[in-house]
Amino acid sequence: MLSRAAENLFWLGRYMERAESTARIISMGQRMAMLPGSPGRSEWTSVMQTTGAEMPEDKMVSELDVIKCLILDPEGPCSIQACLLRARDNGRAVRTGLTQEMWESLNEDWRYLESLDELTARSQLSKVLEWVRKKSAYFRGAVDTAMLRNEGYYFLRLGSSIERADMTLRLLNVKYFLLLPETEVVGGARDHHQWMSVLHAVSGLRSYHYHYGSDYAPWNIADFLLLNKIFPRSLAFCYSQIDHCLSHMETDHGGSYKCQKTARQELERLNRIDISGVFNDGLHEFINEEIAKTSRISQEVSDAYHF
Amino acid sequence: MESKDGIRPPYKNISQWIEETGTELLLRRREEAEAIFRKIGITFAVYGEGGDPERLIPFDLVPRAFSADEWKILDTGIRQRARALNAFLYDIYHRGEIIKAGVIPAELVYENKAFLPEMIGFEPPGRVYSHIVGIDIVRTGPDKFQVLEDNCRTPSGVSYMLENREIMGRMFPQIFSGGPVRPVDHYPNELLRTLKEVAPAASSGVPTVVLLTPGSLNSAYYEHSFLADLMGIELVEPQDLFVDEAKVWMRTISGPRKVDVIYRRIDDFYLDPLTFRPDSVLGVPGIFDAYRAGNVTICSAPGAGVADDKAIYVYVPDMIRFYLDQEPVLENIPTWQCSKPDECKYVLENIQDLVVKEVHGSGGYGMLIGPKSSKEEITAYGERIKANPSEFIAQPTLDLSTAPTLVETGFEGRHVDFRPFCLVGRTIRLVPGGLTRVALKKGSLVVNSSQGGGVKDTWVLQE
Repeated sequence: MLSRAAENLFWLGRYMERAESTARIISMGQRMAMLPGSPGRSEWTSVMQTTGAEMPEDKMVSELDVIKCLILDPEGPCSIQACLLRARDNGRAVRTGLTQEMWESLNEDWRYLESLDELTARSQLSKVLEWVRKKSAYFRGAVDTAMLRNEGYYFLRLGSSIERADMTLRLLNVKYFLLLPETEVVGGARDHHQWMSVLHAVSGLRSYHYHYGSDYAPWNIADFLLLNKIFPRSLAFCYSQIDHCLSHMETDHGGSYKCQKTARQELERLNRIDISGVFNDGLHEFINEEIAKTSRISQEVSDAYHF
Repeated sequence: MESKDGIRPPYKNISQWIEETGTELLLRRREEAEAIFRKIGITFAVYGEGGDPERLIPFDLVPRAFSADEWKILDTGIRQRARALNAFLYDIYHRGEIIKAGVIPAELVYENKAFLPEMIGFEPPGRVYSHIVGIDIVRTGPDKFQVLEDNCRTPSGVSYMLENREIMGRMFPQIFSGGPVRPVDHYPNELLRTLKEVAPAASSGVPTVVLLTPGSLNSAYYEHSFLADLMGIELVEPQDLFVDEAKVWMRTISGPRKVDVIYRRIDDFYLDPLTFRPDSVLGVPGIFDAYRAGNVTICSAPGAGVADDKAIYVYVPDMIRFYLDQEPVLENIPTWQCSKPDECKYVLENIQDLVVKEVHGSGGYGMLIGPKSSKEEITAYGERIKANPSEFIAQPTLDLSTAPTLVETGFEGRHVDFRPFCLVGRTIRLVPGGLTRVALKKGSLVVNSSQGGGVKDTWVLQE
């Protein structure tokens, strides 16, 4: 397989996942801002912070800012439109590595977001976000049902697993950035609502409920998103996917690479630790450390496979 | 479609089908077809005109049909022409017999921009230069087909032949089931067989074939990826290839892999910055040396473009007589060469009735259609001819055949031409079909996709 093709597929996986994750983060902000008495602006500010997008200095972020920057911007690193355009460009450059349906899923309505102006996007925000999630589901379904399980598939899956791990971490950070107003108490109604919005964004409300009973405790939710072995968006699950892809690639190649060792160690660690330890050492610190580790693995992959 | 005695036989099925389907459903299906084309991404790029950068070529649902007898004539004529063009290329890069015999003037060949002195004396595998010959043909009478031009470098459009059929099959499966239309979908297999046949003698085992594209911004990129996909070969860009010890390698995730045959969709002058254009960022440095060393086959061969030059075109019938000792089955369009003083005089006197083309132009750009031009345009063009006569040729405006085409108001005749794709390896292969292009503007003679032309499915009927 061409190195360039491997790189294209890896980033195709990342961009598609990122587009979806950004949409999920925005839905979460939308939900949080809906609560009566919410000032709104702090929710949108924390949404911006999580994606790492550049923030307007000493200005509170509005819903419209988020739409401009995270949905309609054709350039920004996390902007949905930019991600989908780059995903399509990457796909176009490896047309032969994609199935017909995968390409159709990337190509269909590819100019839809470009056709929206800010106010239309705002008035139809839920519909737009829904569109992004459907598009991403269509793509994933096309990959799942027809793509050969060869190297190309594992590069694509690796890209999306790394991106998903990263975005789950960032999603948890939203809650961290979002400070409760002084009148509220930790564990109060607003706190509760915010944690539920986090679960909503990862489509994990029912799964959480099923797994932990009805107790919306922050440490349980953190456990669910970080260490749970069977929830597909949890960090530990993503690492089991990363490990899985990298082992397949190594078997195909007969080589042994640093990225694989790093991923394996990390997976073992996540399977070993428990959530109370994470809280004792500081959730926020843990998350930032993990974000750095995930980006290191991405770098080690491109070193190993010459791209 | 109709002749004096009613509907011409090859169109009987189609006419019946149109009647049963009804115009309204056809118009609706056309919209569906367009949506499918856009979804699949069958587009071509138009540069510098703003608007949608990836455009669709309009697809007309009414097929163009050839009877078995008509195809027999075309098949013989196309193969004959493809053989003669390759024999000509071998000759001019070797002994130049045709020039010595005085059939073709030496300067037309040796001073031609497409002639590559680097190719002199080189023996390409199978003596093939042009592996895919696209011949543009128009019908000018009941049993009369004439050649408009030859394409010996990298003719494009074959993806439309395949996709048009695919779409017709999806939209109207009933007309194909057990019907009389000969299939075309084996073209990619035939192409791959052809490319494998011309692998260098030095290569062992199953040859590694790749398709070399300039990249995803190229107007024909869709076709490149489409063909690579159907042949199951790698689609490479120049930066994916490098040359080491006069061999060509591609960069893969497990290190370099040797390449034996390159089906290139990139022009001669951008192939190798070491040999041709030092300023080119597109090429693969050293690839030409690897080719000359016999370690890789480049298809089509560099320098094959001499054969499809419009100034050489005039001599193709003579080539057929010279090399094959046969009479040409397909005629040329009568052509006046402005390089000859008396013919130039005729052209200038009758310019209002002629089509004048630049010798090196392509894509329907830079031509003058006399009957459709204003006095001022004609005068200005005439001045250009006088200034540089050898750059122009002229042809009569043809009584081109029309084919029924679906327009908003129902069906109307539109001018069409036809491009079959003849494959030349150790043997010659021709899939029964090709690309039919249609001038969608009423009365227009220009079928080029960059100028508002569309495409149709082409049916070759079984006996």
